[in-house]
Amino acid sequence: MKAWDAIVIGGGHNGLVNACYLQRAGLDVLVVEKNDWVGGAATSRELTPGFLYSNCSYVCSLFRPEIMRDLELPRFGLQVISYEGGAVFTRDGDYLANYRDHDAHRREFARFSKRDAEAYDRYSRDVTRQCRFIQPLLMRTAPDPTSFRPRDLGELIYLGKKFAGLSAEEMALTLRFWTMSISDFLDEYFETDVIKANFALSGIIGTALGPMSPGTAYVLLHHYMGEVDGSVGAWGYARGGMGAVTKALAASFKASGGTIRTGTEVDHVLVRNGKAKGVVLAGGEEIRGKLVISNADVKRTFLKLVEEKELPDIFLRRVRNFKIRGSSGKVNIALDSLPEFPALPKDSPVYRADMHFTDSIERMERAYDDWKAGRWSADPFLDMMIPTTLDPTMAPPGKHFMSCFVQYAPPKIDGRDWTDADRDGFAESVIAQIAAYSPGFRDRILHMEVRTPREIEAEVGLTEGNIFQGELTFDQLLFNRPVPGYAQYRSPLSGLYMCGSSTHPGGGVMGAPGRNAAAEILRDLAKPTLHMSPAHDVI
Amino acid sequence: MNHHPTIKPPSHARTLAQSHFRTLRLGTPFQPRIDALGFKQDWYSWAGYRAPHSLWDEELEYFAIRSQAALFDISPMTKYRIEGPDAEAYLDRVTLRDVTRLKPGRVHYTAWCADDGFVLDDGTLFRLSPTRFRLCSQERHLPWLLDSAFQYDVGVEEETEAVAGLALQGPTSFAILRDAGFAGIERLKVFDLAEFPHDGTSVTISRTGFTGDLGYELFAPADKALSLWDRLMAAGEPRGIRAIGYTALNRARLEAGLIVANADFTTSEHAIRTDRLRMPDEIGLGFMIDPEKGHFNGRRAILEARAKKRLRHMLVGLEIEGNIPAEHAIVYYRRNQEVGLVSAAMWSPMAKRNIALASLQRPYGDTIADDLWVEIYAMRELQYQKLMKRAKVVPRPFVKLDRRTANPPADF
Repeated sequence: MKAWDAIVIGGGHNGLVNACYLQRAGLDVLVVEKNDWVGGAATSRELTPGFLYSNCSYVCSLFRPEIMRDLELPRFGLQVISYEGGAVFTRDGDYLANYRDHDAHRREFARFSKRDAEAYDRYSRDVTRQCRFIQPLLMRTAPDPTSFRPRDLGELIYLGKKFAGLSAEEMALTLRFWTMSISDFLDEYFETDVIKANFALSGIIGTALGPMSPGTAYVLLHHYMGEVDGSVGAWGYARGGMGAVTKALAASFKASGGTIRTGTEVDHVLVRNGKAKGVVLAGGEEIRGKLVISNADVKRTFLKLVEEKELPDIFLRRVRNFKIRGSSGKVNIALDSLPEFPALPKDSPVYRADMHFTDSIERMERAYDDWKAGRWSADPFLDMMIPTTLDPTMAPPGKHFMSCFVQYAPPKIDGRDWTDADRDGFAESVIAQIAAYSPGFRDRILHMEVRTPREIEAEVGLTEGNIFQGELTFDQLLFNRPVPGYAQYRSPLSGLYMCGSSTHPGGGVMGAPGRNAAAEILRDLAKPTLHMSPAHDVI
Repeated sequence: MNHHPTIKPPSHARTLAQSHFRTLRLGTPFQPRIDALGFKQDWYSWAGYRAPHSLWDEELEYFAIRSQAALFDISPMTKYRIEGPDAEAYLDRVTLRDVTRLKPGRVHYTAWCADDGFVLDDGTLFRLSPTRFRLCSQERHLPWLLDSAFQYDVGVEEETEAVAGLALQGPTSFAILRDAGFAGIERLKVFDLAEFPHDGTSVTISRTGFTGDLGYELFAPADKALSLWDRLMAAGEPRGIRAIGYTALNRARLEAGLIVANADFTTSEHAIRTDRLRMPDEIGLGFMIDPEKGHFNGRRAILEARAKKRLRHMLVGLEIEGNIPAEHAIVYYRRNQEVGLVSAAMWSPMAKRNIALASLQRPYGDTIADDLWVEIYAMRELQYQKLMKRAKVVPRPFVKLDRRTANPPADF
């Protein structure tokens, strides 16, 4: 029986990044994917004829440019297009826009508060300083502080030096940033509700916390440290939808000789004498592999794919306690025509940007209250956009694809599983909100896909539908992600590795976990990593 | 259950302002006149305004400053109106220089620092009355100014768009103002200001400027801008008045040895890299600090840095061999040790010398000022001509003109 050099479980973006790097290092790699398509949560699916849906992740910024270059993704069709900032609609019939132009941005804020308009520079300076501190950590394996290996000590010293290199003021800010609520953090800069709400949204996306929960300031940072071609903090659309990212990765992987088997669900990891030996498929077929790398989240990997008896107790307990909470859903809509928002001038660039309807932190927090009570938010927070205003490949001319990220959606409704009726009620809360700002909206809907945590978990495999494979709170970052002592992509089982967003540096379509895991695997195999670019300089 | 928005319309002014996204570069109140003279269509963004680099010929525009009179639109400068019984005490607390010694009808050049002693900005403070001031600066500081006003009986209002500003600079500037009918203009000494009637309202004229030349700055309500422009142009026509752009002004200010925020130093609220922050002593503004005047923002940190000799930088004027401008050249000690950077440089037509402003790491420029060199990379027909030229630290201003301070001012 053939034994692959490495088997990657799950063809999401991190699994594919990992597989690409291993294949290019000369390994014979197999990716097994349970769905009939690759992509995990980065897919473009034609769910109704002529319309491509970015039906999970929907925008691109965090994906590391070093990876795009190493794996030649442009050659395999990847293009990322920057878009204009965005807007929050206000209940009084106005809106607050974010414009890319610095002075337009200031003038827009000045419509609401002259003071806040002039506070933006200092806010932006402080956030940028923090991003620059974190950015170099993304493409490095987190040190293990309990180990005395020279490499871990070296990495710890690197971290320590970076921290010691900060001024006293920056150190204080760093600690505050990693622990504060986004609401408290914004209070230090801004006074206007809608302006604070405008920034706070980046602090709660994908997170089962409210804007007043400690730890959410870091989540904001996580959304700011990406870039589009050097423009740090910018977000863009992958042309052809987010599936373009994984399509390019899959093509790159195949071009270098890799093999992908779709429609192939792994039932469990084959373990002999504490060592991973391959995978057993749902149908019973056994595939042998010298190494197994799981792109699934840490709970799915160790609570479903590996037998409990193979794992140490403390490790298992920590995996069980790792927070991967469902907090969001998605409504994807095919539109017959571009919706109109009477609040917006007809030529507003906001049509080509992200749109929101939650104009105060208070409203966001109330939406979170619903989550705590075990129901979807009656007045949800939406991150809504119409990528087809910039990307002609996703819908027929004149027609549009709209992506609505929806928060909050609990993993269970009143302690029981989601039902179809719940799903429809959830969708209605979203459509009602949009329609309140866009008359006639319902009539434009041609087709709609509604994804609650139930659907996301069932299709993509993300536990509770958590988009980050684990919350991005400080207790689950760096050497604590996912489990202390196992933050370097290895597991208690020899030959079994992790490469998903449950690992450092966390979620978002970033690719860094997949790449970093490949670097560790190649280190264990004593193989060179010359094909892996070092992290770009932060100067 | 869904929370449907209750629609109460926003204020008319707020809705009206929505359309600004169609005008990414605003015109100033003088724009119709400047557009008509902007033959080169050579615009840049000055704080979001469409401002001219040059209108017709940057060199000739420079010579207009030095030979006749030049009209330069300073409306985009950030302006704050600071008024109230405590305005003096408040400004004395937030800015470096002693405001209690700034009399009504006077202007001074000052700077202000954050608590850590690093410079937020420099600018000019106009004392319009015992209780009313105008603060002009490059960057914006409203949150800081408002926060600092805590417990002072003072109002701070941003008035950049409401107030139009013009600089009239050059040897014939006095004669033009006199001929334009600003009676009593001859009484203004350097840094004096006064109100003069204009078009049913009044215009504030100060004998100030950014050129080191005889010159004035005029502030008027935005809706009186065009009539003010026309009045000056009509009176100035026989005396060679010309409108100019920033490139010419920038040359004149360098000859005068004046610094520009975020060109010659990085302001504290914009410095992403914390080693770019500068204390007043590090950018040549140490003269503003008056330890005797009582508490002011940044005082403790500044005095401590002085006492512990923790000042790391030094802004100096350089005179460089030859005539090739050394813009953004690296400064070396003994030709090989990197000790600083040139932030602005030019051949000075008035001094007939190759001049520059540079930031050096102390002790260079401070106690060690000899054996300094600059490495100039001059691109000539797609090839760098690399020159290593000797640089000498010299006092500023590079050009000192008696006519700037002469009383009464001369006609030309």
